[in-house]
Amino acid sequence: MNICTRCIVYYSVSILALIFMLSLFPAKAQEQVNVYSYRQPFLVEPLFAAFTRQTGVDVRVIYAKGLIERMVQEGRNSPADVLLAVDIGSLSNAVIQGLTQPIVSELIDVNIPRSFRHPNNHWVGLTSRARVVYASRDRVAQNSITYEELAYSKWKGRICTRSGQHVYTIALIASMISHHGEENAKEWLRGLKANLARKPAGNDRAQIKSIFAGECDISLGNTYYMALMLTNEKELEQKEWGQSVKIIMPNAADRGTHINLSGVILAKNAPHRKNAVKLIEWLTGAEAQKIYADVNHEYPLSDGIDISDMVASFGDLHADEISFDEIARYRKRASEIVDEVGFDEGLSF
Amino acid sequence: MRGIVIKETDTTKAPVHSGGDRRLVAGALAVALLVASPVLAIVVIALSPSGDVWNHLVTTVLPGYASNTLQLMIGVGVVTFLIGTGCAWLVTMYAFPGRRVVDWLLMLPLAIPTYIIAYVYVDLLNYAGSIQSVLRITFAWEHKGDYWFPEIRSLGGAIFVMSFVLYPYVYLTARSAFVQQSLQLIEASRTLGHTLGSSFLRVALPLARPAIAAGVILALMECLNDLGAVQYFGVNTLTAGVYSTWLHRNDLGGAAQIAVVMLVFVFSLVLIERWARRGKRFIQSTGREQAPSRKRLLGARRWIALLICLFPIVLGFAIPAGVLVVFALRRFETQNIGQFLSEALNSLTLSVLAACIAVLIGLFLAHAARTSRVMPVRIATLAASIGYAVPGTVLAIGILVPLARFDNSLDAFTREVFDISTGLLLTGSMFSIVFAYVVRFMAVSYGAIDAGYSRLSPNFHMAARSLGRSPIGALKDVQLPLMKPAIMAAALLVFVDSMKELPATLLLRPFDFDTLATRVYTYASLSRVEDAALSALAIVAVGIVPVLVLNRTMSLATAGVAQIHEISATDLQEAPTRRA
Repeated sequence: MNICTRCIVYYSVSILALIFMLSLFPAKAQEQVNVYSYRQPFLVEPLFAAFTRQTGVDVRVIYAKGLIERMVQEGRNSPADVLLAVDIGSLSNAVIQGLTQPIVSELIDVNIPRSFRHPNNHWVGLTSRARVVYASRDRVAQNSITYEELAYSKWKGRICTRSGQHVYTIALIASMISHHGEENAKEWLRGLKANLARKPAGNDRAQIKSIFAGECDISLGNTYYMALMLTNEKELEQKEWGQSVKIIMPNAADRGTHINLSGVILAKNAPHRKNAVKLIEWLTGAEAQKIYADVNHEYPLSDGIDISDMVASFGDLHADEISFDEIARYRKRASEIVDEVGFDEGLSF
Repeated sequence: MRGIVIKETDTTKAPVHSGGDRRLVAGALAVALLVASPVLAIVVIALSPSGDVWNHLVTTVLPGYASNTLQLMIGVGVVTFLIGTGCAWLVTMYAFPGRRVVDWLLMLPLAIPTYIIAYVYVDLLNYAGSIQSVLRITFAWEHKGDYWFPEIRSLGGAIFVMSFVLYPYVYLTARSAFVQQSLQLIEASRTLGHTLGSSFLRVALPLARPAIAAGVILALMECLNDLGAVQYFGVNTLTAGVYSTWLHRNDLGGAAQIAVVMLVFVFSLVLIERWARRGKRFIQSTGREQAPSRKRLLGARRWIALLICLFPIVLGFAIPAGVLVVFALRRFETQNIGQFLSEALNSLTLSVLAACIAVLIGLFLAHAARTSRVMPVRIATLAASIGYAVPGTVLAIGILVPLARFDNSLDAFTREVFDISTGLLLTGSMFSIVFAYVVRFMAVSYGAIDAGYSRLSPNFHMAARSLGRSPIGALKDVQLPLMKPAIMAAALLVFVDSMKELPATLLLRPFDFDTLATRVYTYASLSRVEDAALSALAIVAVGIVPVLVLNRTMSLATAGVAQIHEISATDLQEAPTRRA
């Protein structure tokens, strides 16, 4: 027993020492770039693999939430070179927190239209996504809709959503504030809440499943979820769910459909700045944009890259033209309104 | 007849040093400060002014978060109490077919993390899930309005599902309390005319109260901490509030403030627990136990007893594990086994390291607490245990702050003096995750070791000292060997808890690093529970090991979870033979 206690002690001490030493001498690969990613591995891993194949630059990734906070705490020694984010909120928050530096590259300026970049390139958009209405093919006859009418009583007990505090919902509410003012947006959200069929929960995929099952008739979601389900040959049940649902582009006839963007920032203290810019340039380039469009069914931002046939079948996108800056500005208020209305508590059944 | 409460005797107390060993006290304080530093960081963040957030939170969501949390805790508390004590009583006092098997099967749900059971049941029972779909097809219902089915994504659903994996904490503590109660007391109460049932209510239950309270409180802490499950159920508890305030609203200050509200909840729990066993020690009146004389159940009653005990096992283990097995088989071909193995290895390495360190610190603190009973040491042990109360999400931030600050100051210093940059030494390394586990599960380790320590008579220590051993020598040669079971229990519990830990791992991990738990979470948050099944099963399988071990040395279970202070006559009798 004595020996055993001692060996446990020695064992743990030596392992600790080993870890300590390993962290002292980090494996310095020849060429690398460190990515903090809010995006899911399934979507971006194929892109990174292709980038490494072509450039020889090794991409190391952390997939998590809370990465901006982590960068703030890590300060000037943060290992992060680039941050991939899934909505305008995180991108502009990174800028506000002082984590960014301008991405200087003529190539990027050519590839990505000005309206999808920060005025000083502190963030650069990579793809855009439309927040559309998912509707049951069987139970919803109409083929046009507006965000505004989701608050009408004709939808009572027929709407499912994900959490009101989710970044996608927040951005949509921020756009409502921008168009209609705070009070009206709040009234709208109250109306939407009154129409809920169940408590807000699950991701976009789960909403489609709920419509398929008949729990509700319409929901809000991003286009690519639907496309990914419809093209899912591995899990045929997902395809079946998707086929029961149609996409309606809201406000197509007037102010346009709300869009959000996924984008990238260059870390202020990026240790591998050159490779980081190389990666960002590559992500805005034709090959990567084509992968975004064809594999992930997002809207590419680079001119001359076509959307996938699947996305084209959803109908033409007439995008809302308010600036991302405007949406970012109303985010905080939007989040507060969600609480004030008690949106996530749902209705009491 | 009122509950029998035997007043505290002095035999368990170590000799009180007037000031304690100064070095020991200082060491204990230093260790405790280190372990408590993340929590302190959170309090500091919460107290730093951050605009009008607090007002907004108080007037809008905070009351809802608090009331949801309270309702969840009351619900889980009641259900786990009923299942845990009920089954424990049946298993200890009655003989019925299958009793032995059921006895250890009842512990199995402990192996299933709350988030995994939540994924399984929501997947099964929600409107679009298999059960309701089959019902709809069978009865030709078409819409939601056509029939009634309990909504799984609700507070009730959360209570139901979480209780069926958390009741083993109560079962374990209640069971060992019942076993260790002198049967003579029960017999005495029966000769005084009570039935076995009323003896339970009048004698056994009051005697076991502290143990049961400890078990219930552990279950409640788990449910207070849980994030994965409540998110899936759409129940906005304080933990879920912390998470969304921080990560969706980018408001760290507000998140820390809610976290401090949570600390209030936890402190009340701890105080209740201390109050429940205040001044009461439960001493076996006889030496070695006689074999318990179980009442044999006859006729239908024995099958009812069996059914009652099988019910929580089926709901808390058989169904979820079965569903996972089916999912895993269905997806087996598409699994990347190499990736799975490397994740399993990561989980194992982290958890083993955390268990070793937590046990070492736990031993040190317990030793300090037992040999110098002074206020600073008591505060130190309390402070070191506080991490258990903090949800992993909050803990992650609490750990980032001091670690990054340490790294950055060290870096600044070495740049200044040696002109070398050390960069971030600890932040974003495996160290930070291990640190998180140690902070989080220190209470578990300390509790188990301290309970083991309390079973040792201080006479051993004094005898060894009078035979010329140094304090350390006495510890090493006498106390440690006797505490081996308690140490093993502590290590196992920390190990399994670390395997299951999710939020801190998710937020602190290094580049290209996944564990079994993070993989499960990634798939589940994509509504792809089936793909998560293999990793989830692995976590469950590892969790079963300590259940089996604990079953073999059942008395340890008490030590592990309950910190019940009792004198073990067995130890007193065994010790001389071992020394000889």
